[in-house]
Amino acid sequence: MAKLPGLDLATETDRICERLREATLRTLRRRGLVVAMSGGIDSSVCAALAVRALGKERVFGLLLPERDSSGASSRLGRLMAEFLDIEHALHDISSTLAAIGCYSEQEEVLRRVLPGFGGGWKFKLAIVDLMAGRIAVTHLVAEDPAGKRYDQRLSPTDYLKIVAATNFKQRVRKTIEYYHADRLNYAVVGTPNRLEYDQGFFVKNGDGAADVKPIAHLYKTHVYDLARHLGLPESIVQTTPTTDTFSLAQGQDEFYFRLPYGQMDLALWHLNEGLSAAELAREIGCDEATAERTYETIRAKRRTTAYLHAAPILVEPVPQVSR
Amino acid sequence: MSDIKTQIRSFIDKNFMVPASLGLKDSDSLLDHQIVDSTGFLELIHFVESDFGISVDETEMVLENFESIDSIARFVTEKRSATSVAGA
Repeated sequence: MAKLPGLDLATETDRICERLREATLRTLRRRGLVVAMSGGIDSSVCAALAVRALGKERVFGLLLPERDSSGASSRLGRLMAEFLDIEHALHDISSTLAAIGCYSEQEEVLRRVLPGFGGGWKFKLAIVDLMAGRIAVTHLVAEDPAGKRYDQRLSPTDYLKIVAATNFKQRVRKTIEYYHADRLNYAVVGTPNRLEYDQGFFVKNGDGAADVKPIAHLYKTHVYDLARHLGLPESIVQTTPTTDTFSLAQGQDEFYFRLPYGQMDLALWHLNEGLSAAELAREIGCDEATAERTYETIRAKRRTTAYLHAAPILVEPVPQVSR
Repeated sequence: MSDIKTQIRSFIDKNFMVPASLGLKDSDSLLDHQIVDSTGFLELIHFVESDFGISVDETEMVLENFESIDSIARFVTEKRSATSVAGA
């Protein structure tokens, strides 16, 4: 399979660690770093880089599962924290999410859209665009306890309500991360890779909030390369990226990216390098029209998600505190 | 048809705040002019279903039917006439 040009992993590791040290101790004036560890490749690499930059005594890991998390995420998160030998804590956020209405708000939509929805059912959101000029539409995909699948297009109101309720998960996690950061006088690490950061695959004031984002400039392919270079456990390196957000397992390419991450990486890299759609098509083995649509999708996502990156808008600058 | 176009334009103006300086024509692409994004298309589809009383099939959710005010109006008109023929 086609792959991105390789990174000098030793040099890149040193560069990131130096930046992390400087950012944490000098720029942010904090004494260490808090990393929420999902067991996925990105947070695992960030935690390993944090330990390499500051030492294991200055890194605090958090495992923040909820009732829809896969068992694997907590197991792998714990494995990684133990592998790094860092202090860590587990907070199951299910009861907080229940109290704030995350599950009940989701279920209000689910019961209305899918009569019969109840205990033992699982669900996820999935994008259906089917390429070739189709408008991307989000579907509710549910599975009853007997394993029967249901697939239902959602109205904009219902779609937005499910997304809004689900975003409680990332925002509650971030609240807990900052509790520990405040208590320890640490900074919070954000763990997006370049694909996620560029395409806005994060929740504003949720997983998008952080003090430092050490791998936001790295393509996901390079994050995997770095994981191997840092000697992370094979079970971490072998994990398939999932959102780990809905009760029914959901791939990132199913919910947000239209292609598997390897191909999305290549598409983003080709676009960033100013290479043509024809060159991308040759590289990933699709026709030129598909490659051009992929480019357009990337550009459209940048426009749509620009507000996620934006600082609050002021009527006029306040120069005394603006950077 | 012109009444349909007026309703569509009114919905677009109200929801997406199209600057007058843009001089948006009925034939202009809503996508190319960055007026409608993916959630906006969902809202547009929901709008034509609820306000014009038609049902948009998944196979009809293509840019050809939702690219511009002209194409949306043409799609709505065709759907309505197909529905009235089927119901006759």
